[in-house]
Amino acid sequence: MNLVRFPLLWLALLAMWLLLNGSVAPAQLLLGVIVATLACWAVTPVAPPTSRIRHLAIVATLAGLLVRDVVRSNIDVLRLILSGRPARSAFVNIPLELTDENGLAVLACIVTATPGSAWIRHDSKRNVVTIHVLDTADKLAWADDFKRTYERRLVEILQ
Amino acid sequence: MTGTFSPPEWLQAVIALVVLAGAVVTFIGTVGLVRLATFYQRIHAPTLGTSMGTALILLASSLHSSLVLGRPVVHEVLILIMVLVTTPVTLVLLARAALYRDVAEGNPDVPALPRSTEDAPKP
Repeated sequence: MNLVRFPLLWLALLAMWLLLNGSVAPAQLLLGVIVATLACWAVTPVAPPTSRIRHLAIVATLAGLLVRDVVRSNIDVLRLILSGRPARSAFVNIPLELTDENGLAVLACIVTATPGSAWIRHDSKRNVVTIHVLDTADKLAWADDFKRTYERRLVEILQ
Repeated sequence: MTGTFSPPEWLQAVIALVVLAGAVVTFIGTVGLVRLATFYQRIHAPTLGTSMGTALILLASSLHSSLVLGRPVVHEVLILIMVLVTTPVTLVLLARAALYRDVAEGNPDVPALPRSTEDAPKP
């Protein structure tokens, strides 16, 4: 019953258990199944929003782009700190089309994982997110790039 | 270590360099925390440590353990996932607290809270 509601959570927990124990022996599999099922049962009262993931190819593209951008922005921020020049920071308000709650959580993780951009606030009524960008010459171009690279793909995956 | 295999020296050197690179990236991030000008700029700097710094150190750990034990060791990826998933929580909490205070104090450098936001301070 819980498995049907949270199949991804159940699989993720089982995978985590097996990884932590470094074994796929039947005993560990059984323990992992028990732990994953108990955890899914425990999470039911919290009623986390569930999403349907489509287009796994886009998920892979998104992950690839994220790795590329994390490396790039790491280098950008490193150079900025070492150069000691003043940063051209800006608050950028971006209206979103993405409404899926899990999608928004993923977007927040993406923005935070990428140095140089920080998720400051999300207005859930107007669905506008405020992001602080550490160093940008053109904040409109930044917002445009962000929407095209990440938000559009998350919309395609989840909505 | 109870290793059954000792990696060749050049490979050990590569792994050591990867650990060192991760540590250097994290260190520069902490330097940025001190050197950058405002609160909102400073919260970006430690992200170097939680992204590439962590990733490089975990990569080295995974490589070394896999070579020494002679089988793939990848459970380090769990640390990366946990760090990725939990940092936004504290970051958003810190940023919102700072923003709330700046708006309440009438700091002109921060965007005002939208009127529809329920927790906007009363003027």
